[in-house]
Amino acid sequence: MKIVVLLKQVPDTADERKLDLDTGLQDRDASDLVIDEINERALELALRSKDADKSTEVVVLSMGPDSASTSVRKALSIGADAGVHVVDDGLAGADAARTAAVLAAALKNVGFDVVIAGNEATDGRGGVVPAMIAEHLSLPLLGNLVSAELSADGVRAERQVSAGTQSISAPLPALLTVTESFDEARFPNFKGILSAKKKKITVLTLADLDVPAPSGRTTMVNTTERPARAAGVKLTDDGTSATALVEFLASNRLI
Amino acid sequence: MNDYRPPLDDINFALEHVIGYPEIAELPGFEHADLESVTELLAECGGFASEAMAPTNRQGDIQGSHLQSDGTVQTPDGFKKLYKQYVEAGWGTVPLPEEYGGGGFPRTVGVAIQELMTSANMAFSLCPLLTQGAIEALLHYGDDELKDRYLPKMVTGEWTGTMNLTEPQAGSDVGALTTRAVRREDGTYAITGQKIFITFGDHDMAEQIVHLVLARTPGAPEGTRGISCFIVPKFLVNEDGSLGERNGVETVSLEKKMGIHGSPTCVLSYEDATGYLIGEENRGMRIMFVMMNSARLGVGVQGLGVAERAYQQSLAYAQERQQGLAIGATGSSSPIIDFPDVRRMLLTQRAHIAALRYLMLLDGSYVDRSTHDPDPAARARAEEIVGLLTPICKSFGTDLGNELTSLALQIHGGMGFIEETGAAQHMRDVRITAIYEGTNGIQAADLVGRKLGVRGGASIMEFLSTMKEIDTALSAAGEDFASIRKELATQFDALEEATRWMLANGQTDPNSVLAGSTPYLRMWGLCTGAWMLARAALAAQTAGDATLAKNQLVLARFYAEQLLPQSGSLLGAATAGSADLFALDAAMLAG
Ligand SMILES: Cc1cc2nc3c(=O)[nH]c(=O)nc-3n(C[C@H](O)[C@H](O)[C@H](O)COP(=O)(O)OP(=O)(O)OC[C@H]3O[C@@H](n4cnc5c(N)ncnc54)[C@H](O)[C@@H]3O)c2cc1C
Repeated sequence: MKIVVLLKQVPDTADERKLDLDTGLQDRDASDLVIDEINERALELALRSKDADKSTEVVVLSMGPDSASTSVRKALSIGADAGVHVVDDGLAGADAARTAAVLAAALKNVGFDVVIAGNEATDGRGGVVPAMIAEHLSLPLLGNLVSAELSADGVRAERQVSAGTQSISAPLPALLTVTESFDEARFPNFKGILSAKKKKITVLTLADLDVPAPSGRTTMVNTTERPARAAGVKLTDDGTSATALVEFLASNRLI
Repeated sequence: MNDYRPPLDDINFALEHVIGYPEIAELPGFEHADLESVTELLAECGGFASEAMAPTNRQGDIQGSHLQSDGTVQTPDGFKKLYKQYVEAGWGTVPLPEEYGGGGFPRTVGVAIQELMTSANMAFSLCPLLTQGAIEALLHYGDDELKDRYLPKMVTGEWTGTMNLTEPQAGSDVGALTTRAVRREDGTYAITGQKIFITFGDHDMAEQIVHLVLARTPGAPEGTRGISCFIVPKFLVNEDGSLGERNGVETVSLEKKMGIHGSPTCVLSYEDATGYLIGEENRGMRIMFVMMNSARLGVGVQGLGVAERAYQQSLAYAQERQQGLAIGATGSSSPIIDFPDVRRMLLTQRAHIAALRYLMLLDGSYVDRSTHDPDPAARARAEEIVGLLTPICKSFGTDLGNELTSLALQIHGGMGFIEETGAAQHMRDVRITAIYEGTNGIQAADLVGRKLGVRGGASIMEFLSTMKEIDTALSAAGEDFASIRKELATQFDALEEATRWMLANGQTDPNSVLAGSTPYLRMWGLCTGAWMLARAALAAQTAGDATLAKNQLVLARFYAEQLLPQSGSLLGAATAGSADLFALDAAMLAG
């Protein structure tokens, strides 16, 4: 079985994240760049399949600037067998539709039985890219899972919804997205780190991929810095505070 | 703030520029351990230390390890899972021989890893430290059958190890131990006796514990010459390597301690337990000496590791805590880091910590040269230097571990004394490091008793000459280094004077030499520390990083001008002899 894990490099959630107000894009220099934690969970799911069946091949696929190669390398240290890095100046600031189209093309190029992604990235929080990829590739999408079992016959998984738990299954090939219910990735093993140096990272550019030019793209109309936090409003109870509170909530569109 | 940030930049700088790691990586057998790989490994290891280990440190202290009613020992919440992760990540295997599944990396790298582990959780990291001690004994003296049976799983960490020296009447004087070992017909030995203070003597983190036990065979010579060394597994090991019957070793009780609460300190009772002789009978002390250098350096690193963690916490607190108004400040209050006295505490910690780190790594690098240099003369010389540096690393490292951690606490003011802050734990944890693995008094006695006399004093004098050679580079480095050069020269002369006095009086008046041993060892600590920082400052000038060059120059200058002079002030105490120490008998001491 060949599993491709989609991996996004994001600013460390422990750091302050900043927007570059000129471009409207995230300021990559403002914080440490790490593998998105949700993708680490996706990787762990893939590696457990590999633990159970050594013939499983785990490939990580990342689209991102040059810096993303460190995250691909890290995934190889953790245990992935190979990496694919899609990097092209033409992809700077790519929106969700473009990202999905490029990743879908790359996936076709790489080949897979299962694709595992996070349900949403911790920086953008769009959560639409996996669905778009599934659409491009006509794959069954098993999204927002809380548990999953992979085998050569297919995927059995569970998804938590407000009314209860859904048991779902699909034949391969399929695309899964995991939530925080999945375990965190294992720590890189010392020998794994050394052998990762010998593993291959394939670098692809747009020219290597069969992906049509986008018909349009999201444009940033304007950006504004988040206002500094103002002092809170204090209500002193002189008998009218209930009314004042309701007014406050209503005027802030909180009720 | 109770986070831990691995000081990777300083470690990498030390490896590349201060202690000459690239040369170590060129020794035959270490070709795979190039600096680039090591840097990468340490980054991941630091991640493991800060993300997996450090968060368990507090819980370990609060909860501690406990003996259960069924006789088993339960470690604090999180330790079991952490140990499993630790084994899977393989950090303990890095410096161990490849033949038994280790990484075959230099000990120097092992020292750096040990610092990261200890800073993150000292109590937890004692388990791997003791295991490594037991591994080394087996490696050097065990026969192939014992090695094949025990080493592979001890190297991975699936099985842990202990060191059983101490008995109620046998502490510093190991020769006083009475545990008996009687040879059976099948060649195994029946071990009976009681051991105390056995670190990780029992726990629930691994399925098997391999005890290394010192005991005496019937009719063995008195004292240390009659000690033999045995492997006593908690569970007997079947032919196929699986675990069999429980061996005759029980945990009688666990000590309630001042610190390292997570580490179970056990009283172990051996009752006709099956033991396997390592090497030959009556050679136990020789085996212990092999491990001693290794374990003693490891404990010195603990002093450094805890001091670093406490320092990080105090530096953060000094920036947060607002109090009073510093000279020239405006506004309503200043962070306490703006007061000169707080700065003094911080810089004292920072400079000593850097010096200790370089010194520990230097000792590690000589361990590697002593085992891997192709030139036998170079190996022999390296071994002498290890012999010299190790008691200094252990004793000075842990004395400073205590002093610097105390400074970190002091920076916290009253909050430092309050457990909730977390600074107090470091103080309680680090205290033991000056006591176990040979008290610091015993280290000083080792320095003047065993190491000073090597080659009639030529060994130690040669080392001092090597240190003095830095003068040329310092004088070429110009005005910035002038005060460092001057102070080093003065203090090296005082150290030489003390050394000559020790050598002159050692034979005729050993009690005088022992009387001065602790201040004398401290002189060595301060002088080697200043020397390492001067070397670092010189190296930093050419490393192509202006900030680094400035930082290192300030550290070296502060150390030379403000910390090192204590060394000369100890010359009197080092060479005063023992007359006054014994002039008052116990009754007179009582007043
Ligand atoms: C938490 C903890 C963990 C430990 N773990 C282990 C372990 O895993 N395995 C193990 O075998 N032991 C272990 N020990 C024992 C430890 O190594 C001893 O406590 C230590 O060696 C000192 O021995 P002692 O306690 O008998 O002190 P003593 O030997 O009684 O020493 C008391 C004082 O007298 C001084 N002194 C004694 N003899 C001399 C001398 N000849 N010259 C100058 N001064 C002297 C000492 O420096 C010290 O200040 C542990 C101890 C503790 C507290």
